[in-house]
Amino acid sequence: MTKDSLLKKLSEDIRYQEGLTACINCGTCTAICPAAQFYDYDPRMVADTLQHKDEAELEALLKGDTIWMCGECLSCKTRCPRSNVPGYLIQALRALSIETGFFAESEKGRQQLAIKRTVGEHILQYGYCVHIDEVNTQMYPEQGPVWDWLKLNRETILKKLGANYNENGAGTLRKTSDESMNDLRNIFRVTGAIERFDKIEKYSEKKASELGIQFSEGKDNDYFRYVYSNEKPEEQ
Amino acid sequence: MIAKGKNICWENYQKEIADDHFYFARSCIRQNFFPASETFFLKILKDILHKDIFDDPNQTTCTGIAYHSGIVPMETTMTVVARQFALMNEAGYGNFVCSCVTSFGIYSEMVETWKHFPELEKKTRKMLKESTGKDFVIPKNLVHTSDIIYKFRKEISEKAKYRLVNKLTGQPLKIVDHIGCHYAKIFPEKGIGGAEYPYVLAGMIDDWGGAQVDYPERRHCCGFGFRQYLVQSNRGYSVSNSKRKLDSMKPYNPDAIITNCPGCNFFLDRWQYVISEMEGTTYAQNNYGIPVLTYEELAGLVLGYAPWELGLQLHQVAVEPLLDKIGIGYDAKEKYKGANGENIGEPISASVLKNN
Repeated sequence: MTKDSLLKKLSEDIRYQEGLTACINCGTCTAICPAAQFYDYDPRMVADTLQHKDEAELEALLKGDTIWMCGECLSCKTRCPRSNVPGYLIQALRALSIETGFFAESEKGRQQLAIKRTVGEHILQYGYCVHIDEVNTQMYPEQGPVWDWLKLNRETILKKLGANYNENGAGTLRKTSDESMNDLRNIFRVTGAIERFDKIEKYSEKKASELGIQFSEGKDNDYFRYVYSNEKPEEQ
Repeated sequence: MIAKGKNICWENYQKEIADDHFYFARSCIRQNFFPASETFFLKILKDILHKDIFDDPNQTTCTGIAYHSGIVPMETTMTVVARQFALMNEAGYGNFVCSCVTSFGIYSEMVETWKHFPELEKKTRKMLKESTGKDFVIPKNLVHTSDIIYKFRKEISEKAKYRLVNKLTGQPLKIVDHIGCHYAKIFPEKGIGGAEYPYVLAGMIDDWGGAQVDYPERRHCCGFGFRQYLVQSNRGYSVSNSKRKLDSMKPYNPDAIITNCPGCNFFLDRWQYVISEMEGTTYAQNNYGIPVLTYEELAGLVLGYAPWELGLQLHQVAVEPLLDKIGIGYDAKEKYKGANGENIGEPISASVLKNN
């Protein structure tokens, strides 16, 4: 992709078209933003930077940490007096950052691999973003002792609670049918999700090689731990 | 007078909620972390309200968590949403109800997008046909599960065994409502009460005998933030935003929190545990936290269902102080038993926060 096509590419995303009218820099979005209360993050600056329509500034955004700090709560959509939606702009920027491979240039952008290998792969394996069999207190310690107890005894507890765990048919935590899984996988292939997954993998592998960090499939490798919990290989 | 004025404002933000014949779509988070909630939603609709609701084995995720963490294109989410609508059509239904606030935002966003960009609806139809052979009709009525409980809150109240009242003092229990960002912040006109005065849970509190808690951070996000929780090294964002809310509500001494969104329920429950481990502090007296319930769990309790059938033992914050205040009887020894009453041990105790 040539450098001067970034703005053009971004402007094709309807979330950019819907998200940016004319920002008056009032800062209302920043005042209401949960991310701005935690990070050094300012959604007003994201909207203002984009309305400069400057290729170099856009490229810096795509390669930096800033666009990965938003929580997509969309509180900004409710409040903007000019109907801008910084949260939508962030969605368009993130998509372009992955498309170009620039996501791998920032610490927070690199984390996309961890999300692809958890949420993304859960969908293609179970039909849902989250599944009890994949959640443990090593990766999610905040789940607490009650989760360990549930995991250990899940067959009987879920039966007590009327679930249909891993069985065919309807119900809570049922096994998603082969037919539905085929539909889902076909949709992911036809609509570009598999292509995006492949890009996340390809650029992550390249970055791991540059950084000299061991990279392989799944969660049990140095690069996954590096992007998921920020553990450096020497600390692992 | 102020409360009266607010009620008038709320009445101006009503939405159409179908009366019967619903197609039900499950939540990724709710069915894993509060697995009895959806079961009881269906039970309340069928057994108590005598409504027709279809739980389709062919449904899947809406991909909302993947969409809002940037790993799937909008076209993917649009097409998965279209497939869910196609399944609804095939089953002979026109009223779509989803059990997740993120999903409600997703379904609403895709339908709105098709309205404003008809070429994208056309593209979605083409992609759905190519990938599944299906076609779809947009639902006549699209609501969140809590909208239905809200609509029938007075009927539930008439059949209730318990009121949200302190049995010792006779005073209404102080209940915090947490709506979840994507219920009304994206499309305020699609939420009961809009984004400013959301009434979907507050209406249940009012009609079931409790008192709403109006505290400074009432509309603040729980802190999920999608990728801000999904990636371990970002979770400071999540716990900090939950703490901001919990610190803000604490001076009002709430008896319970009820939530609209499955994720919010998880975070407001589990981050209380984490804060107690990190700082040695809890949000209620005697090393208890503030119990956090889904609206299905609360509806189930007032209707007289047993706490351990409702799955309240799967919360990290103990619910017993709330049960005691309402006067709901329970067998403490049954809390951690298996499906056949067998002994399966108990969760280990947290350092500070009491288990029961």
